[in-house]
Amino acid sequence: MNVKEAIKERLGNKIIDWEEISSRRIYFTVDKKDIVETVLLLFKELGLRFSIASGSDTPEALEILYHFSLDKTGEFFSVRTFINDKKNPQIDSISPIFPGAEWIEREIWEMLGIKFIGHPNLKRLLLAEDWPEGNYPLRQENVT
Amino acid sequence: MSHKVIVPIGPYHPLLEEPEFFQLYVEGEKVVDIDIIIGYNHRGIEKLAEAKHFDQVPYLVERICGICSSSHPYAYVLAVEDILGGEINVVPERALFIRTIIDELQRVHSHLLWLGLAGHFIGYNTVWMWAWKYREPILDMFEMITGNRNNYAMFKVGGVRRDILDEDIPVLKKALDDLIPALDLFKGAVMDDPVIHARLKSVGILTKQQAIDWCVVGPTARASGLNMDVRRDEPYGVFERIDWNVIIEKEGDIFAKTVVRILEMYESVRIIRQCLQKMPKGEIDADIKDIPPGEGIGRVEAPRGECFHYVKSDGTNRPVRLKIRAPSFMNVASNKVGAVGGTISDATITLAAVDPCYCCTERVTVMNKSDNRKILNGWDLIKLSQEKTRKIKEGLGG
Repeated sequence: MNVKEAIKERLGNKIIDWEEISSRRIYFTVDKKDIVETVLLLFKELGLRFSIASGSDTPEALEILYHFSLDKTGEFFSVRTFINDKKNPQIDSISPIFPGAEWIEREIWEMLGIKFIGHPNLKRLLLAEDWPEGNYPLRQENVT
Repeated sequence: MSHKVIVPIGPYHPLLEEPEFFQLYVEGEKVVDIDIIIGYNHRGIEKLAEAKHFDQVPYLVERICGICSSSHPYAYVLAVEDILGGEINVVPERALFIRTIIDELQRVHSHLLWLGLAGHFIGYNTVWMWAWKYREPILDMFEMITGNRNNYAMFKVGGVRRDILDEDIPVLKKALDDLIPALDLFKGAVMDDPVIHARLKSVGILTKQQAIDWCVVGPTARASGLNMDVRRDEPYGVFERIDWNVIIEKEGDIFAKTVVRILEMYESVRIIRQCLQKMPKGEIDADIKDIPPGEGIGRVEAPRGECFHYVKSDGTNRPVRLKIRAPSFMNVASNKVGAVGGTISDATITLAAVDPCYCCTERVTVMNKSDNRKILNGWDLIKLSQEKTRKIKEGLGG
């Protein structure tokens, strides 16, 4: 069974949306409460490499994409999840699963204000110490 | 009356870029913990990119790093071309070859730069001078092809900006031929020198499992036995059509990282030679006008590992989001396991072994665990490291 089918079978109806833009680009959406289960499956069981996560601010919600690479085949899986509550955005941290996610969660937290519950060391990574609290540079209200 | 002159070195050293700050906690000689503080050089490029149009962004991301300054624009144009249906379907054949040549020339110059600095850190200043001497012809080749020694401005969505002239090709081939004896020299110097073995073997080990857990990339991962290389796994340019090998070592120590980089330079030369041989005539730019809505991912094997760009377009002439992840973002974090447990005299080379942009080691301070007192600065550490090599040499009677 290939990895695509394994993900579909194991996550079943937890996959809200599945989109294959090309043979190497697979985007799928899960609810934010299922993110830890999804990452455990991809990283621990299926042995995918965590490439990075990317957060963005859309008009409707805050969005995080967790990018995983299957180096054997060149397939690239991006797990999408939405956080609708922009006032107090929260999601479970994936850093307890593997330490390689610690820095990027810190970055998303300071840039977009998303709190990662269970993160071992959620403090600023890139912004200066005197950057104002509660101002998140990558939110759309900060217009360039 | 005497006036003392104090020459401050760091935290911003003119020689080096990308400031990072490592705070080592030590007990006696042993490193027991490490704090890594980055962000000194955060310029808000992701946010800035939202205000540039698609054709301006390559110039912006090219300035992320002066050493691998073609990896970022390459990854960016790949991401945009991913929205357009993939590099292979968009970019003219000749441009694919030129892109590959630029990518590989950059790897050779970056690895030579690293080799020189690694040599300096362990007290082999001759290696430093020779490695940088042989890096010069590479920069000359860049100047010949692109007009610049750094920041080549070669990449654009849909192609490249400059062609390689026919009359330059013999000169480039000759320069590559001249490089091989130099690489042989370095290979011999590293593989056969008992002092280098003593300094680099079993030092700063990153096991395979640790490499997986810290998600490291590039030579750092390949030296720990991870079989990954974007050039082979998700081929861009013409890597699919060229004969070359991925270099993998198993030990995970600094020696393995050095060997990977040295052997990779031979592969790069092989790749460039084949490209110059097989490059067809033709257009170099597809002249792309509009970027449709959508999202794209571009990945390039930079000298330090996978460089990742994510672009989201809403159909206007500017990206709504650009996410950049440089390889060092993953590799530097892994120093937490690489350096802890080692000695202070090995810390400089361990922190440098992932090939961050070097200033990091210049900025190390060592704190005494019991009273948080600063006892050594970055320069002291390099001296300590060089001293250790000297002692080993004396012990070996050399």
